[in-house]
Amino acid sequence: MLEADIQLQLSRLNLEMAFTVASGEVLALLGPNGSGKSTTLRALMGLLPLTRGRIVLDGTVLEDPAQRVKLPPEERPIGLMFQDYLLFPHLSAVENVAFGLRAKGTAKKAARDQALQAMARLGLDGLAEAKPGSMSGGQQQRVAMARALVTDPKLLLLDEPLAALDVSIKTDVRRLLREVLRRSSAANVLVTHDLLDAVALGDRMVVIENGAIVQTGTPAEVTARPRSRYVADLVGVNLLRGTAHGAVLEVDGGGQLTCAESATGPILALIAPAAVPVSRERPDGDGQNTWPGQISAVDLMGDRVRVRIDGTPAITAEVPPAAVDELKLDDGGQLWASVSPAAITVYPP
Amino acid sequence: MDQEKQPFNPLLALLAALAALFFVFPLIGLITGAPWGHMTSVITSKTSLDALGLSIVASLASTVIALALGFPLAWLLARGRFRGKGLVRGLTTLPMVLPPVVGGIALLLAYGRRGFIGQPLDKATGISLPFTLAGVIVAESFVAMPFFVITAESGLRSMNRRLEDAARSLGAKRWTVFRRVTLPLIWPSLVAGTVLTWARALGEFGATITFAGNLPGVTQTMPLAIYISQSSGQLDQAIALSLVLVVVSLVVMIFRRRAAGGG
Repeated sequence: MLEADIQLQLSRLNLEMAFTVASGEVLALLGPNGSGKSTTLRALMGLLPLTRGRIVLDGTVLEDPAQRVKLPPEERPIGLMFQDYLLFPHLSAVENVAFGLRAKGTAKKAARDQALQAMARLGLDGLAEAKPGSMSGGQQQRVAMARALVTDPKLLLLDEPLAALDVSIKTDVRRLLREVLRRSSAANVLVTHDLLDAVALGDRMVVIENGAIVQTGTPAEVTARPRSRYVADLVGVNLLRGTAHGAVLEVDGGGQLTCAESATGPILALIAPAAVPVSRERPDGDGQNTWPGQISAVDLMGDRVRVRIDGTPAITAEVPPAAVDELKLDDGGQLWASVSPAAITVYPP
Repeated sequence: MDQEKQPFNPLLALLAALAALFFVFPLIGLITGAPWGHMTSVITSKTSLDALGLSIVASLASTVIALALGFPLAWLLARGRFRGKGLVRGLTTLPMVLPPVVGGIALLLAYGRRGFIGQPLDKATGISLPFTLAGVIVAESFVAMPFFVITAESGLRSMNRRLEDAARSLGAKRWTVFRRVTLPLIWPSLVAGTVLTWARALGEFGATITFAGNLPGVTQTMPLAIYISQSSGQLDQAIALSLVLVVVSLVVMIFRRRAAGGG
């Protein structure tokens, strides 16, 4: 069990976050570039000192500036898998994997045997004597995984483990990683900016932005009710922030929408792009939840087309490809958006 | 990935050939001009053997000093954070561009019998550097050590330091990290720096003759013996000794390639 309260100031980032990870659990740390994900891992590893806070792993205090406790990285029972693997280029695959065992005092022969077993479990038979430079990206990734796992760490940190891989092998490696993590009895922290990795591998998600936690929950909860623009964009939904006055939602930055549910005070409103019909002319009807705006972007997403409309509020609508031609979306200009009150999900921020 | 094949460029080839020949011709001159008939007697003369022995001892000693003192300096220049680092780097690498004679004069003024360090040293311990083998070693170290410092520093700078983080994350203590990660990764730079330093020390002339003088059997190294032979009309001896230095240098070059390649 990891209990982390991490506070540290860097020149460009002020990191303040607290979270726990149970043994056997996988916490996915999701956030945009520069949000502090890798910094968090470096702090847990002991490569960056905390300004304040506390890191406790299985009851052992690893770091507590107030008590002047700071175990150096080499004394923390932590395995870290780096985004770019950082395999030792001058050592063979098996020597890389055995490195941690040797450093901790295991005899040469025993370390080698254990390393070979760990490699075999990850399908790396026959690569023992290969140098990292002669291996494929996927093989290097698995060697790095074996190297981090072989010392049986109590906390396993994975920094963007799939980011450097070809799309063609990502799915296979993700499946392998999921099996490895499922068997793991360590507390696992996975850093990623890929929503799919977070959902597929994480038991729980922590979304961070600018060094602070913006949302915590299971992947299902977070994706169903995102609390940040960042996650909403990853999921591909419209997220509006505003103030509810009964059924009327006053959107921050301008615009009013009528919702099916009543509420009061600050509120988030979720609208699926597929639930936003568009037209060139003002639609007939009472004009409720209907507003115009300029087309600012048209993107193909799979077999659907997304249109960004800069109205008040700005919103993204999803239309079938045929509509691009019918509505002459490529010409730009003004488009009307409509939302049925029932299509708006509201929840407190 | 295969590189695109370079198309044949006659001008480029001509200039490159000229450059190569420029280096080959003097070597041919040495070989054809050598007194092959009485080579053995020239080389085994007392003057020659003394000079060769002195050269080898002094160049090896100054290389060892360059490694022992130069590596910590290179380490701090590459990784330390202190004020005036640029100045320190500039001053310690100055001998590379300084005319060696100037170096010799400067050494005299510092470590000479009347130098501001040499004089108190002489008074306190009776040790005097000029006109001794120790003086030769000091002169050679002064001129050659910078080659080791900058090569080692650039090796330390160009290695990926995050590999050391990786080693620490695997439980390696600082010494283990150094021995098993840092050292192997900068090894080729260290070998190259050592060879450059040694070669520079072996060929040292100006600083040596200025600071340590030219006493046969005491401070007369090979370059000094060659120069003296040549200027006193014993051209055969000069050529023969030169060839010996060429052979020694070639052997070291070959050894260096093996050592650096073998990691």
